[in-house]
Amino acid sequence: MSILVFIEQRGGELRSVSREVLGEATRLAGSLGGPVIGVCCAASDPGLAVLGEAGAEKVLLASHEAFASYDGAGYAAAVAAAARSTGATAVLFSASAIGKDLAPRVAARLGVGLASDCTAMSAEGGKLVATRPVYAGKAIQKVAFPAVPAVASLRPKVFSAPAPKAGATAAVEPQTFEWDASGPRAVVTGLTGATGGRPDLTESEIVVSGGRGMKGPEHFHLIEELADALGATVGASRAVVDAGWRPHGEQVGQTGKVVSPKLYVAVGISGAIQHLAGMSSSRCIVAINKDPEAPIFKVADYGLVGDLFEVMPALIAEVRKLRGQV
Amino acid sequence: MLQLVCIKQVADTETRVKVAADGRTLDPAGVTWILNPYDEFAVEEALRLKEQLAAGDVVVASIGGAGVQTTLRNALAMGADRAFHLKTDEAAPDSLQVARALSALVRELAPGVVWMGKQAVDDDASAVGPMVAELAGLPCVTMVAKATIEGGKATLEREIEGGREIVEVTLPAVITAEKGLNEPRYASLKGIMTAKKKPIEERAAELGAPGLEKVSLELPPPRTAGRIVGEGVAAVPALVQALRDEAKVI
Repeated sequence: MSILVFIEQRGGELRSVSREVLGEATRLAGSLGGPVIGVCCAASDPGLAVLGEAGAEKVLLASHEAFASYDGAGYAAAVAAAARSTGATAVLFSASAIGKDLAPRVAARLGVGLASDCTAMSAEGGKLVATRPVYAGKAIQKVAFPAVPAVASLRPKVFSAPAPKAGATAAVEPQTFEWDASGPRAVVTGLTGATGGRPDLTESEIVVSGGRGMKGPEHFHLIEELADALGATVGASRAVVDAGWRPHGEQVGQTGKVVSPKLYVAVGISGAIQHLAGMSSSRCIVAINKDPEAPIFKVADYGLVGDLFEVMPALIAEVRKLRGQV
Repeated sequence: MLQLVCIKQVADTETRVKVAADGRTLDPAGVTWILNPYDEFAVEEALRLKEQLAAGDVVVASIGGAGVQTTLRNALAMGADRAFHLKTDEAAPDSLQVARALSALVRELAPGVVWMGKQAVDDDASAVGPMVAELAGLPCVTMVAKATIEGGKATLEREIEGGREIVEVTLPAVITAEKGLNEPRYASLKGIMTAKKKPIEERAAELGAPGLEKVSLELPPPRTAGRIVGEGVAAVPALVQALRDEAKVI
């Protein structure tokens, strides 16, 4: 019996989302029982012992030279082998780019269902129940797992990483698995379109989004400057993405990314239902709009009614002053 | 090269969700049904590849009750050649069930590419693509925002945190579409007329046992409106102060 957590690395660096999952696994282990065991796929040990601090008793290292980059088929073979060898009652992933690709593969390989992108997990009477937003957050679904193991992926930035247990280390042990790397496979050959140091929308603490009220792509420097002053990531409404003002990767909402940062600033966004669905789970929402009747104010914690072309320069200056950037 | 596009009929994104009397599913009353937007990118990409190769049929498949034939006809009107309707009365089969039924069809048709959207905008599971790949023994690339396919090989750009991964794969493969892959065409009047005569083959969907037990579907607690801190530039200091001292988020 154990709770197995997939430990994510990219380029030999551990990704922080795995600590969030370890934290939740440790909490669940209190009622489900069993140690929390990690499994990591990598070309070599990315320094897994340190995950003891985040609650892992041991971490299984599935190493293969092909694992220098993500490989869905190979990773799935290794994680499924670890689920079997540890007798896992639950296998948990982050719903990151890797986790969204890998978790369904592992579930299918184990012949069980998958609860993806969960925002809460609970164990009642030994039965695990997952809470997950559907319709981009317009409704909340609860699901249970008819078979063992329960496989779930957890939405980034929703679960908090545990306070580090200073000095605790995890034992790192090899995980054996069968996988024929000469078979048909998708091979990562490179990276492109890097977003220049800003964190990804789904993993950002603060998001500043612009909408049609920006009046044109040439005014988005106002959004970028406020984002930089706050250490935030830039988002956009569907209207401005469809108009070609901003790249698709920045779209927040039902056909874009669903975000739940601690602070979401909506600038010149009226608040169409698809957009509200994608950001309503943010901890604090600020809306800046000249129309006091805009639906965005109905979900905003703080609203500022005004012409954004006057308000934004003042807001950027005020934030820079606060942060000692001037 | 035959291409299979797996599509799903979903509630329009404008839909205000209401929960059905069973407390577990969407109340379908008054809902407008559309082709899942991400699947629309998948259909478009398959049609473009067919035009590029000047060969091979584009086959679309969907699972559900009689109503999904409307959505299959939409894809046929865009230009797909024929369709499979995998029939079930189950209101919302889960990802594992859908993947089981689709992977059986994949095995039978042996398509060069299996396309579908990266997720359906109803259950948001993002699971069927990789599950089909696993069950059918195919490589899979998800969240693809750019695809170049030549000589039986695909070079794909996959959205990841902070950039795009370039992935190469030899066909056959499962590819799931991200927004930005293309601009889907509108069905022409001629397309809509010819779609009426294109064949839809009906079969029973082999779903198997559910992978998840649906416990409940609820509306999220309504977010209560906060306060208007003020108007115009004069309100900026109050806003920043509230974010710092009250909300403690900056």
